Amino acid sequence: MSDSGDVGRLVIPGDSLGEIGERRAGHGVLRRNGELIATRLGHLSEKGGELSVHPVHTAYTPRPGDLIVGYVEGMRSNIWFIDIGGPFNAILPMSLAAGKVDFGATREYMDVGSTVLCRVQEVDENHGAVVTMKGMGLRKLNSGFVDTVPSHLLSRVVGVDGQMLKSIKEASDCRMVVGQNGRIWIEGDASGTRLARSALSVIREAGHRPDIESRVRGVLEE
Amino acid sequence: MLNEDGTRMDGRRPDELRKIEIEAGVVPVADGSARVQWGTNLAIAAVYGPMEAHPRKISRQDRCVLDVRYNMAPFSVTDRIRPGFNRRSREIGKVTANALESVVQLELYPRSKIRVEIEIMCAEAGTRCVGLTAASVALADAGIPMTDMVVSVASGRVNGVVVLDLNKEEDNYGDADLPMGILPNSGELVFLQMDGDLSPEDFQEAWDYNMGAAKEIHEIMVAALAARYGGDA
Repeated sequence: MSDSGDVGRLVIPGDSLGEIGERRAGHGVLRRNGELIATRLGHLSEKGGELSVHPVHTAYTPRPGDLIVGYVEGMRSNIWFIDIGGPFNAILPMSLAAGKVDFGATREYMDVGSTVLCRVQEVDENHGAVVTMKGMGLRKLNSGFVDTVPSHLLSRVVGVDGQMLKSIKEASDCRMVVGQNGRIWIEGDASGTRLARSALSVIREAGHRPDIESRVRGVLEE
Repeated sequence: MLNEDGTRMDGRRPDELRKIEIEAGVVPVADGSARVQWGTNLAIAAVYGPMEAHPRKISRQDRCVLDVRYNMAPFSVTDRIRPGFNRRSREIGKVTANALESVVQLELYPRSKIRVEIEIMCAEAGTRCVGLTAASVALADAGIPMTDMVVSVASGRVNGVVVLDLNKEEDNYGDADLPMGILPNSGELVFLQMDGDLSPEDFQEAWDYNMGAAKEIHEIMVAALAARYGGDA
């Protein structure tokens, strides 16, 4: 149906991407009967001879080292269950909390609904994850606002070399932390937060379009 | 039920499909969704997940489970259907799940569940095909990894003539019905049922009709997804 020549083209699961040849199958691509087949709906990309599909929609899959914004969903005497926006809740053991927590006192420290900035420590083969609050800047978030952008559009929020994020921060005069799970923490005054959120909403609505950068800049300049 | 010039009651040729219209992304809160208008049939499919499998006993350590629910709205047919599960909806949910399991890369999401909800809003014959086609577009829209799309279409025999895509009268009073689920790129079969009897020759003819129609429907599915994401696939 197509050669790898048309990088950036929208592909549908099952689309043939041509003979394998010298190319390797990357993310969202499968080898079948000497051919490469797309397995996801997305845009085709090629890097170093590896053909992959950049999906237009995907669930967040935690990877070790990801900085994420999570919500406390439940707890036992020594662990919290954290909603990280993926298929499964992660666990946060008492020993990996930011400060000292006594056994049985998890609820006093962080109750259901608390928002935490944490890092993924490990992920097992079943996608079960352990998160940690030990590390620079990792903490319970007591102020500010959390907005969400689908995780596959995060690269649009950050932009090339972080330029997009930088200009959103400057224009809105807000502190922002971008979680890899698509949750973005914003802290600033009301008008700044509103501006940052409207920029994020543009990315949410039109993030897959090539002119997204100019659209966001348009909102920021307004 | 056939006219003298060989056309059918609704004016179609024996190898002609009803008008099909597909739109992706119609349920904003779902991860993926699709609306399929197929003749008078109207189906909406929504996909949620992958998510944690509940109840726990249905989860599998090595793969994801597909939880497919097919439901006809009480107002979808002239004689009201009692809301809730019935024998027929369970059966169709199960065969739809089996068909989709052959293409969805379940091993990528162990212990998870993908919820597929198919709601038939208006039924005219061939709703299992419409539902399966809608579910396949909704799964692609949700970004679920699949090795191919599934296209479903039925052929049958009416007054001794094999015809494609039966309408209500042909389905109710015809001789036989052969719904199939086809992978349009590889030509493989993932779902086949037969209601009534077909001779080997008629079976072959119905098969060929379905295979040909699958390509046609696949193009409409691709166009629907391309329209949603602004591509030209």
